[in-house]
Amino acid sequence: MILARIVGTVVSTRKDARLEGKKLLIAKPISPEGADESGYLIAVDTVGSGTGETVLIVSGSSARNASECKDRPVDAAVIGIVDEVKLDALHEAELAASRKK
Amino acid sequence: MLIGRVIGNVVATQKVRSHEGRKILVVQPLNLDGSDRGDPVLALDAVDAGIGERVLLTTEGFSAMTAVGRPNSPIDSAVIGVIDSVDLAGEYFRRLNPQMNTDRHGK
Amino acid sequence: MLLGRIIGNVVCTVKDPALTGQKLLIVQPLDKRGRDKGRPIVALDAVGAGAGETIYWCRGKEASFPFQPVELPTEATVVGIVDSVNIPGA
Repeated sequence: MILARIVGTVVSTRKDARLEGKKLLIAKPISPEGADESGYLIAVDTVGSGTGETVLIVSGSSARNASECKDRPVDAAVIGIVDEVKLDALHEAELAASRKK
Repeated sequence: MLIGRVIGNVVATQKVRSHEGRKILVVQPLNLDGSDRGDPVLALDAVDAGIGERVLLTTEGFSAMTAVGRPNSPIDSAVIGVIDSVDLAGEYFRRLNPQMNTDRHGK
Repeated sequence: MLLGRIIGNVVCTVKDPALTGQKLLIVQPLDKRGRDKGRPIVALDAVGAGAGETIYWCRGKEASFPFQPVELPTEATVVGIVDSVNIPGA
């Protein structure tokens, strides 16, 4: 699973019937520290998330295990809205040290 | 499936129960010319392979878990054969070994 | 499976109901020398792993199998805590 920020939505009228009623979100992957990563993906919303929110995305065939995605053509699904990302203190110290270099 | 070389092993005491009793090998996938293909992966051992051996590596879950006899286990790759030799058709062998003129078994 | 190190965790109140009670770990993938390799990912925990530990994790659909019969939406799960890695010459 990856962390991502919702940056938009996709609207499609003519689509696979199994995607009807599904909100399609444009998500930009982010690092645990919150920095933007390259690329983007379009994910089906299963938790009522919206633009600007930090979310958890499952991808690949496991995305069809998300609620109401079984047997649907879904390869990425938003399955959580992130409240907080906690980093190991040691990892944060390493990061701070590498920034100083 | 890919050709790989066993380059090491990992010891883990606390792990999912379905991995117990199986060796965890570090396998470097190889190109046909023997060079490294991407990064090493961890694979469960189904054939008692050892460090240094050239092996058959499956990177597909169903094949991997049935080979190690652990259905419905979280296994995404397994060593399912120890390779004795690889035979390449003449044209491919020459492409990989341009300095050689004759056909040979690629080792 | 791949080696990794736990560098943190994620808290979500609103999430897929099947994920209730599951720990969400942030895993930094490692190369064979134990150095960071690639982007961190979020994985479920099947073995009780914690911050700072070296672990190995499973990718793909198979990652949901430790939680059967429930089919959890995860493509990455920590399946073992590593005691030692032996790679001669690495």
